[in-house]
Amino acid sequence: MASRGRMAWLVAGLVALVVLPRVVPVYFTHLLILTLLYGLAAISLDLLLGYTGLTSFGHAAYFGMGAYAVGVLTLRFHMPMLPAMGVGILAAGVLAVLFGLLATRATQVYFIIITLALGMGLWGLAYRLVSLTGGDNGLPGIPPLDLGFGWPLRDAVALYYVVLTVVAATVGGLYRLVHSPFGLTLRGIRESESRMRVLGYNTWLHKYVAFVIAGTAGGVAGVLYAAYNGFVSPPDLHLAASAEEVLMVILGGAGTLFGPLVGAGLVVFLRNLVSAYTQRWMLILGGIFIFTVLYAPQGVLGALQALLTRRRLGRVVSPGLPSADVQANPVAGAGERT
Amino acid sequence: MEFWLAQTLNGLSFGALLFLLASGLSLIFGLMRIVNIAHGSYYLLGAYIALSVVKATHSFILALVAAAAGVGGVGFVMQRVFLARFYRQTLAQVLLTMGFSFVFADVALLVWGGDPQRLPTPSLLARSVPIGPVFFPAYRAVMIVVGAAVALLLWLVLEKTRIGATLRAAVDDQEMARGLGIDVGPLLTGMFALGAALAGIGGVMGAPFLGAYPGADSDVLPLAFAVVIIGGLGSLKGAVVGSALVGILDNFGKALFPELSYFTLFVPMAIILAVRPTGLFGRA
Repeated sequence: MASRGRMAWLVAGLVALVVLPRVVPVYFTHLLILTLLYGLAAISLDLLLGYTGLTSFGHAAYFGMGAYAVGVLTLRFHMPMLPAMGVGILAAGVLAVLFGLLATRATQVYFIIITLALGMGLWGLAYRLVSLTGGDNGLPGIPPLDLGFGWPLRDAVALYYVVLTVVAATVGGLYRLVHSPFGLTLRGIRESESRMRVLGYNTWLHKYVAFVIAGTAGGVAGVLYAAYNGFVSPPDLHLAASAEEVLMVILGGAGTLFGPLVGAGLVVFLRNLVSAYTQRWMLILGGIFIFTVLYAPQGVLGALQALLTRRRLGRVVSPGLPSADVQANPVAGAGERT
Repeated sequence: MEFWLAQTLNGLSFGALLFLLASGLSLIFGLMRIVNIAHGSYYLLGAYIALSVVKATHSFILALVAAAAGVGGVGFVMQRVFLARFYRQTLAQVLLTMGFSFVFADVALLVWGGDPQRLPTPSLLARSVPIGPVFFPAYRAVMIVVGAAVALLLWLVLEKTRIGATLRAAVDDQEMARGLGIDVGPLLTGMFALGAALAGIGGVMGAPFLGAYPGADSDVLPLAFAVVIIGGLGSLKGAVVGSALVGILDNFGKALFPELSYFTLFVPMAIILAVRPTGLFGRA
């Protein structure tokens, strides 16, 4: 359970998220919306990567499925926005039900390449099925969210609060989930699946359910993204997008649930900052991947914490790499740091 | 009839190309358990290096040699300097190779630009040969021959030579191989560089008909992954069968259902996964 110190950080973070759009320029509000949306996607991925020890390299598929479903339903079938968003979340869930059947039976390394291949298969569909998805041009002109209160939801601040509410509710649900007996079982599977199996747990079913929940939550982020952005295109579910989600989780700290939100913020703000000066974002992104693995494998927060501890204790506490198999325990203690 | 024969041959030639990628990917995995996301980048770099070399020297053979050496060198450095430090740490290795794939893609964009480019087909092979009732491009026929030759060569080396025997020993039980006095380190680096070089050669071979363009790396990578998922990771036989299957399926997908073309080959992949999660020839 969360300690008092950690609870204080959470409350402070939530207050900051509520207050920020009132005090920052509207441009930053847009970046904050993106942070929340990608953050939710990354948090849902953390359920797999950090808590269950399943590294998915195709998680953008569910984000993309949700977004594309909204786009196709509203533009091609003229469905109103709200039901389209509901169906979009459902579609992402159904996709996870199908992909999960294929992926969760596999062991670690296979899981990576299967999720990657399935994710890119869906990308291929978005890219080539021009009659439905618009192909390379994507689907522009998705209508904005209309809640029927006469709210001008093109307005960034109003939309921000809607997004914040939905994201907070979803993350709250995930928080309850990872602290439930089910969540503890997932962590047990991460540490040692064979031991959990011997103890009588149906580990496959746990992994599968986690997979479906993670995909559905990713879909929630996707449908909101479609409503916010008004446009969805193949890069939204490309391998690069999936990899970015993984990076957000690692940067923020795998198995910390809220950390990936920080990771998403870092990536979103950094990308905007960088693209003001140079077009070499991909190069920098690749560099961040390499740098993170070499120097901050426990994420930015983890590295900071190690640095602070070292200073406080006045001796070297190696923040080093987890010596054990990283796949079994991607955080090496970060999950236990409560 | 002609349609089916021509498309099958087309598919086989594409399969031969995929084999150059998937064999390295699969053997690297078998030996080191590394999921190499940068493998598509090797293909891309090979194609671009060939473009530059052909532009400068007009020699396709020289381009092949340069691409193999250049990309092999890249693989050598990647494994030796970076990946070797993270032995058996799957996530760290995947993230590293992912990072490198972004870096390579951007460097290629910087050096060779964003426009799709095509390598001219070597003049000697820029004609058609009759195969049964169809006229088939000679270049594509040669690709099938090259793919088969590489498969045969790999098989001979792995099964019939001393170095192959040590490699197989290292695949089966690395601890034991070390215990018997086999220096596994250089073996791993060598295998990785060889796999990279093969993918680089694949890039050169593919450039005359697929072209070199930004994004070719991530277009071709999932296909190579599909091959190893179908064939089974770490199995040469699996890479041969998987490549042929994916090549042919992809081709018929393109010819029969163009809108679903990229997606079609993931359907058989899914079916095989459902029936045999470790692939046709894979071991659990």
